[in-house]
Amino acid sequence: MNFEFSDDQKLLKEQARGYLQSKCTSKDVRRILDGKEPYHPELWKGVAEMGWLGASIPEEYGGLGLGYLELCVIAEELGRAVAPIPFSSTVYLFAEALLIAGSEAQKQKYLPQVAAGEIIGTLALSEGPGAVTPKSIETGASGGKITGTKLPVTDGDVADVAVVAARTGSGSDEGSISLFIVDMKAAGVTAEAVETVDPTRSHARVTFDDAAAEPLGATGQGWAILDKVFDRAAVLYAFEQVGGSQAALEMARDYAMGRYAFGRPIASFQAIKHKLADMYVVTELARSNSYYGAWALSTDAPDLPVAAATARVSATEAYHECSKENIQVHGGMGFTWEFDCHLHYRRSKVLSLVLGSLPRWKDRLITRLEERNAA
Amino acid sequence: MDFKDTPEEAAFRAEARAWIAANRPTDWKGRLGRYDEGIAVSKEWQKKKYDAGWACIHWPKEYGGRGATPIERVVWSQEEGELGQLAGVFIIGQGMCAPTIMAHGTEAAKQRHVPKIASGEEIWCQLFSEPGSGSDLAGLRTRAEKDGDEWVINGQKIWTSGAHYSDYGIVITRTDPSLPKHKGLTMFFLDMRSPGVEIKPIKQVSGQSHFNEVYFTDVRIPDSQRLGAVNDGWRVSLTTLMNERLAVGGGFPTNFDEMFDMAKVVEGADGPAIEDSAVREKLADWYIRSAGLRNTQYRMISALSRGQAPGPEASISKLVLGANRQAMASTMLDIQDCYGVISQRDLAVNGGQFHEIFFRAVAHRIEGGTDEILRNIIAERVLGLPGDIRVDKDVPFKDVPSGSA
Repeated sequence: MNFEFSDDQKLLKEQARGYLQSKCTSKDVRRILDGKEPYHPELWKGVAEMGWLGASIPEEYGGLGLGYLELCVIAEELGRAVAPIPFSSTVYLFAEALLIAGSEAQKQKYLPQVAAGEIIGTLALSEGPGAVTPKSIETGASGGKITGTKLPVTDGDVADVAVVAARTGSGSDEGSISLFIVDMKAAGVTAEAVETVDPTRSHARVTFDDAAAEPLGATGQGWAILDKVFDRAAVLYAFEQVGGSQAALEMARDYAMGRYAFGRPIASFQAIKHKLADMYVVTELARSNSYYGAWALSTDAPDLPVAAATARVSATEAYHECSKENIQVHGGMGFTWEFDCHLHYRRSKVLSLVLGSLPRWKDRLITRLEERNAA
Repeated sequence: MDFKDTPEEAAFRAEARAWIAANRPTDWKGRLGRYDEGIAVSKEWQKKKYDAGWACIHWPKEYGGRGATPIERVVWSQEEGELGQLAGVFIIGQGMCAPTIMAHGTEAAKQRHVPKIASGEEIWCQLFSEPGSGSDLAGLRTRAEKDGDEWVINGQKIWTSGAHYSDYGIVITRTDPSLPKHKGLTMFFLDMRSPGVEIKPIKQVSGQSHFNEVYFTDVRIPDSQRLGAVNDGWRVSLTTLMNERLAVGGGFPTNFDEMFDMAKVVEGADGPAIEDSAVREKLADWYIRSAGLRNTQYRMISALSRGQAPGPEASISKLVLGANRQAMASTMLDIQDCYGVISQRDLAVNGGQFHEIFFRAVAHRIEGGTDEILRNIIAERVLGLPGDIRVDKDVPFKDVPSGSA
């Protein structure tokens, strides 16, 4: 059994960590948090030059064709660094949707541009508060045109192109939804940024008014394709969350070691030690579950739907736990703008919502287990 | 990443599988459940393995093993599968006592006892905890006093698993109360049928009696049965304790599948319980932890397969299993609504399986290191946090407040 990343993959991870330690410091993240820029342009350019955007895109489409395991180790480091760039929406969502459902021409057109960092892509799905279901989609498409409003769309204000879910049938069933590729700079598309819990990741309200839309996959297959995209993206997001959990745990540990109260380091109090031990346990479980998800993703295993939901739920819980308890360990300083604790608290919540909330993923996990047992 | 054996592992697996197929006992499950028969059938299988070189395979050949690598041990246990239940009575002797004897015993003691522990001819227990010293093991008070070539033991031990059917035991005693508490301890092994040893079973909340109180009244142990130097017993005991958590932690299943199946058949307010969102959420929570432990074990096995020592992830298993088995057993009774109170086997859902776990799990969270001690261990050994400030560290043991004086 070899349930571990290879030496080459570990080397890639070390390189990624080293690169991000110098190019994505807390100061870089705060530049986006405090400023007007939607994302960090130099970091985005650098990440493209490192080839990370095309790590799992096949060489025939301009990528490095390394594979998903390589993308997973990169994702972990991006999560650790709280990277303020449109990586997940472009790579995990847009590129994966193209890889799963794109025609040869569509792949040839878009994937090389993704790999080269020439375009930012995203997925436009949610339209309002409440569960995102086929019924919740009101944006409609017909005759090559799309009309409706999506809110929120991750990186919607900066994206060049989006995969958009739209209604092509009248029912509330999955077959009434189809996917389209929309040029976000074309006529009939307007985007305005909205305030979110994590200003280091941009979100927007996107309005389509008879905008040109090109079908992605067959009509009525939108939801089925999204299911597959979400299985893959869940694993990749999980690695970002594990990286963030680990960083928050280490931040809490270091602070507890250096902070003295009652004449001793607060790390010597069992109330703090046990809290940190619990953060460690939940992070290790999430890491192990994410590894299994990585294996399932990289081998396209039949167990991927269960493995992906397991990784997603586990990593979401871990990052939430570690990011909030990190603040608790820091005491009063933990809730200041000045300390970095809130960077993780914010990112943790954004990552837990953009791909669907925790309760919905728990429900999805049990559904997947029911399906697996029935098969 | 893959789940394939290396060629060496595959060859070893084939050999183990063939031997087990040709030698596996029949009708062992029925016999295991009956008290005396259970020990007999366990001993038969253990002896058969020993004679063919499949007992305690990771031990050196001279003590009855075959010098197997850690990964071969994992492969063997995968192949032995549910037959591993037959090792229950040997876990303490093979998992804790024998490693202690091999590390600290005389050559004569090793030759005399270790192979018999491997073959199952001798069952051993460990006599560590006392009524006044559980998590704070070094606070123990059982006295050993030198008398010629012998030591005279007086005191009481508690929570001794299997004392009532054990042939021998290892016992830690206080030999010098004028030294600080960790420094005046000495370890021995003794014949459990020695004059002056009295064993009383403890009835647990589950109604079962896995543990005992053991009283020592002027019990005489020859000095040749000392393990390690006089007053060096704490260091010796660490060998035993390091092996204990490995032996206790992995011993319990998650029972997720049974819980999942039960939630599908028991009716909730509106359809099967599994359709209730609160039940789904609890099952999902337990699934990710169960899967997390399984996947953590894959990581450990991978490390072993590459010849590396397992990482600190080994320490989380018992902590996660104990508390969550307890919580989930409670949930499984909850979904039965009023009927959940019934534990009578012929009436209870699943034959009362979850009622048993409901009571068994309370001990699981305490034995072999409480949840709280395990968190301390993770905090100190894995995360490198400072140890507790100890008020009894440099004080002669006789002057340490005990609360009982």
